[in-house]
Amino acid sequence: MIGERDITKVQELVYEMKVEQVMTKDIISVSPHSLMIELRDLLREKRISGVPVVDEGRLVGLVSIEDFIKCLAEGEIDIPIKDRMSINIKTLYNNEPLVQAVEEFDRTGYGRFPVIDRESGELVGIITKGDIVRGLLKKIEIEYHAEEIHRYRASHFFEDIVADKTTLIFQYKVISKDFNRAGQTSSGLKKTLRRMGMPSKVIRRVAIATYEAEMNIVVFTDGGQITARITPQEIRIDIVDSGPGIPDIEKAMQPGFSTAPDWIRELGFGAGMGLPNIKKCSDQMNLDSTVGKGTHLEITFNLNEKMKLGSGNDS
Amino acid sequence: MVLGTIADKLGLEVKTSGGLTAEVTGAYVSDLLSDVIGNSEKGNIWITLQVHPNIIAVATLKELAGIILVNSRQPEEETLKKAEEEQIPLMTTELPTFQVAGRLYKLIGEC
Repeated sequence: MIGERDITKVQELVYEMKVEQVMTKDIISVSPHSLMIELRDLLREKRISGVPVVDEGRLVGLVSIEDFIKCLAEGEIDIPIKDRMSINIKTLYNNEPLVQAVEEFDRTGYGRFPVIDRESGELVGIITKGDIVRGLLKKIEIEYHAEEIHRYRASHFFEDIVADKTTLIFQYKVISKDFNRAGQTSSGLKKTLRRMGMPSKVIRRVAIATYEAEMNIVVFTDGGQITARITPQEIRIDIVDSGPGIPDIEKAMQPGFSTAPDWIRELGFGAGMGLPNIKKCSDQMNLDSTVGKGTHLEITFNLNEKMKLGSGNDS
Repeated sequence: MVLGTIADKLGLEVKTSGGLTAEVTGAYVSDLLSDVIGNSEKGNIWITLQVHPNIIAVATLKELAGIILVNSRQPEEETLKKAEEEQIPLMTTELPTFQVAGRLYKLIGEC
């Protein structure tokens, strides 16, 4: 369980996080006109091995403990830092992804990079490998903590309820022709089920079936309601609308049959696959419709292990 | 092959942040949402010309690796917002569907 998932999480984070999120912002710097001898106390006091050289807010060089040792060996510690600092310095921008920093550390073997603000050109921080490790650990810890809290709250829900019969009911309203909000019911239900610790295979099937049903309401009807009833044994979803109704259910169930108008099809809906997809995903499906009155679709998903054969189409 | 490498090799413009380390399991080409829901598989790249927000819902449902929008079509603002929210990588290309699908097939073949 640990191995792969954690590695990919870290990989994901180095792409997502920016240099400025982990860098040290509290920069200790020296002036190019200070003497090398002054560097000794600074390095010792702050327990650092290198320091950026800054002149009027601008980064002009980098001086390290090695430079100091060299001066010491040559007996030249009374000369200004600007004569001994490295000038050709590799820098990183504050808003570069962390992966860039990791690659630079690998490529160059350097111990630290000054970080420059991309807009102002000013020195805003210093980044070391240690900063990256600390930054990543902190982020992982925060995310893990949040996930743990969520998981606990929800997945123990049924276990903590004391009753002879428990049913949780979630209700959603679906508005006709509102393509911007379309899909909110299924994604909301999906998130809710995930928080309740439902098996992800079932969640995927529920989400797909609900999405298709939701789209049917949006595209074809004057609006309707979706109700999910959840017991420890099953999830039952009722999709109810108030018209216009389906004239020929048998035909509507045929893959590819569609009554959608052209403008709906241009949006990619109305493929004639909605009801067949719903049937494929669910363990049980009941479709009841009266023209002029409305349609009631009832779909059920078993939550016990022995799921009906051919009940899932997911991979 | 991971999504980031594919985006790089096909010269796709990545419109969203993150998600580029996802392993791609194959691809599906269709502009009909229910067709994608019925026939795409987890980890697939989806190539389409649809740009409205519902493509993100479909990609989320099927846990797709990412979406490539063809013919220089740009995602609607709402689509981009939802893509970030749901962490679905959204990429664009000036290539038409046939071209981008062909190049992708050369890269990852029948996986």
